[in-house]
Amino acid sequence: MTRNWRQNLIWLAVAVTGASAAGGIALNRGESINAIWFIVAAVCTYLIGYRFYSAWIAAKVLMLDDTRATPAERLADGRDYVPTNRWVVFGHHFAAIAGPGPLIGPTLAAQFGYLPGTLWILAGSVLAGCVQDMIVLFCSMRRDGRSLGQMARDELGPVGGFAALLATFLIMIILIAVLGLVVVNAMKHSPWATSTVAATIPIAVFIGIYMRYLRPGRVLEGSLLGVGLLLLSVGAGGWVDQQAGLREWFNHPGLPLAFAVIGYGLLAAILPVWLLLAPRDYLSTYMKLGTVVLLAVAIVILQPDVKMPALTQFIDGTGPIFAGSLFPFVFITIACGAISGFHSLISSGTTPKLLENERDIRMVGYGGMALESFVAIMALLAACVLDPGVYFAINSPAGVVGADPATAVATITSWGYPVTVEQMNSLAATMGEATLFARTGGAPSLAVGMASIFASAFGDHLLAMWYHFAIMFEAVFILTTLDAGTRVGRFMLQDMLGNFIPKLGQTSWYPSVVLSSCLVVAGWGYFLYIGVIDPNGGVNILWPLFGISNQLLAAIALTVATSILIKTGRVKYVWVTALPLLWLLILTSTAVFQKITSDDPRIGFFAAANDLQHKLDAGLLTADKAAVAPQLIFNQQLDACLALLFVVLLYLVVGDMLRMAWRRQRGLAVLPSSETPYQPSQLPKVMG
Amino acid sequence: MKSWLLQCWTLLRQLSGDDAYERYLRHQLSQHPDEPPLDRKSFFKREQERKWHGIKRCC
Repeated sequence: MTRNWRQNLIWLAVAVTGASAAGGIALNRGESINAIWFIVAAVCTYLIGYRFYSAWIAAKVLMLDDTRATPAERLADGRDYVPTNRWVVFGHHFAAIAGPGPLIGPTLAAQFGYLPGTLWILAGSVLAGCVQDMIVLFCSMRRDGRSLGQMARDELGPVGGFAALLATFLIMIILIAVLGLVVVNAMKHSPWATSTVAATIPIAVFIGIYMRYLRPGRVLEGSLLGVGLLLLSVGAGGWVDQQAGLREWFNHPGLPLAFAVIGYGLLAAILPVWLLLAPRDYLSTYMKLGTVVLLAVAIVILQPDVKMPALTQFIDGTGPIFAGSLFPFVFITIACGAISGFHSLISSGTTPKLLENERDIRMVGYGGMALESFVAIMALLAACVLDPGVYFAINSPAGVVGADPATAVATITSWGYPVTVEQMNSLAATMGEATLFARTGGAPSLAVGMASIFASAFGDHLLAMWYHFAIMFEAVFILTTLDAGTRVGRFMLQDMLGNFIPKLGQTSWYPSVVLSSCLVVAGWGYFLYIGVIDPNGGVNILWPLFGISNQLLAAIALTVATSILIKTGRVKYVWVTALPLLWLLILTSTAVFQKITSDDPRIGFFAAANDLQHKLDAGLLTADKAAVAPQLIFNQQLDACLALLFVVLLYLVVGDMLRMAWRRQRGLAVLPSSETPYQPSQLPKVMG
Repeated sequence: MKSWLLQCWTLLRQLSGDDAYERYLRHQLSQHPDEPPLDRKSFFKREQERKWHGIKRCC
């Protein structure tokens, strides 16, 4: 009894602390607020969500059964299916789901002020994102670790299955394009950043050879060596930047860099994995975990003030970084930090084949996403501790605020966010960059934010080093996602092509490998190319498109989860997935509707195409803009069709689910639930 | 303290996949004692090919 009381008191204290911190953040007006309150509010929210909501879902909705043998135990083969310690699975799962999305989305969404982003990252993760990851993981574990696409086919039918597959493929293309754009914008005219990022390739290859031939399978020592070399490359980049002749080798505008990234992507997709992809992934995982921990420690030590206002005037949709009003675009932009459809592919991929106990679903599924959402909060903080004027000067494309620094600062200052050319120049100089104006994509602004936090916490004199460290860290794991994504895209494409020409479906037949890799790279390369030549910065088009597609995949995952809940007699609790699903449906439909029908050329695809056509016809464009105008017009129309295709796919899947639910309600035949029957576990139970 | 450090080390090795070959040998010897196990080099190559065949990394 007393123990119970003590526990209740502790949880009450957590709840009160969290609520006061969140309340303080939400109601604070006018004065600056300390970043530590965000951390407190976030940690308390995750703790409460984990302790109560996830426990309730585990016990009442999913009825997790720790006497049931998991796929890892039943199908143990020492390769794919291996019963694994839950902390190890948690580590693998987190490393797999944590990508660049939660760093970039919140940085961009900070244009609305700190409040909308913070509230959605917290509420969205505990009520939707974590729930999705956890329930998809459960569904897959009860089905021998089957993938989302297979589950959609088994539970909904071939239409749902095909829609899920196609949506995944398209998301991959858009995702890689937008990530490529982020890296290109970070390297543009920056010899330091470009040479450092370039150096990561031979470093990865060397580590690949080391782990394959010199010291086979010694992963830890190889990775440690590689991380050391990466840190050295940051310093070496600074040296390259000082050499008058050498720096020109790495000083390039966007377009050649984009072609370099495209070429690299193709190479990475056809080279053997051990040479480039696998070693790069080891390095990026350590860099990622290390930097995230370092950032958290630095924020706690330094406790910087948040300078961004709670809300900015851009909630009306006129934002310079991306156009579109608060609803729905703050949700679309944050995407992965709150709920990410991509996670459902991991939750139904490797992870379900490793868990040794059903009880661990809660920690790995729900807990993993909570941690990911915490990364998003830190990225948001790194954007919000910058002077708002500086933040907007870095992130606003030249097409919106003007290409010339004096015009840009005048525009931004007129919005009420004072900034001067001298301030930006001296900031650029301390960061070791030629300019920080219009460095869109989120990576440079995140790096400036991280560098200022790190430098204040761990020593002020190394700002330029910290800045380029942050750029290298982002680039390393963006390129890992790019490599891995292109490869997966290739497998998916080979799978689809194999339906028509069986020979092309053989994943090891070299002509098919090259052909499908080229097609995938051409797909994302096209969007990357357009993003680079677009004077509005490309991010304005590509990031919302990525957000929509990601939320759409989440909606498909929740649809599959909902239909499984219905079929397995959990109708009473169906709202656990159905309500987030409904919210995502409203969100993606509104966003697509606005993207297609809006009259504002910065929001609507067709409006932009028509606007540009009129300007072209009237001869209002300069020669170089007129030259690319036809491509931009075509691209806007293509994007509109793509957005439309996304919602059509989504409604197909949801319609399929509703048809199934209706038939079941009427007592008509539906596809049977594909859950594997119960088998008792033989593994010894560890308490805890 | 010493056993705690050892536990952390084991966990770290398991997390990074550093001990994958040892785990494979144990599995192979207990489950398939009649088949000769792969050597470290070919095991590592096979594992990496297999690992990167599906979706392993997110956005």
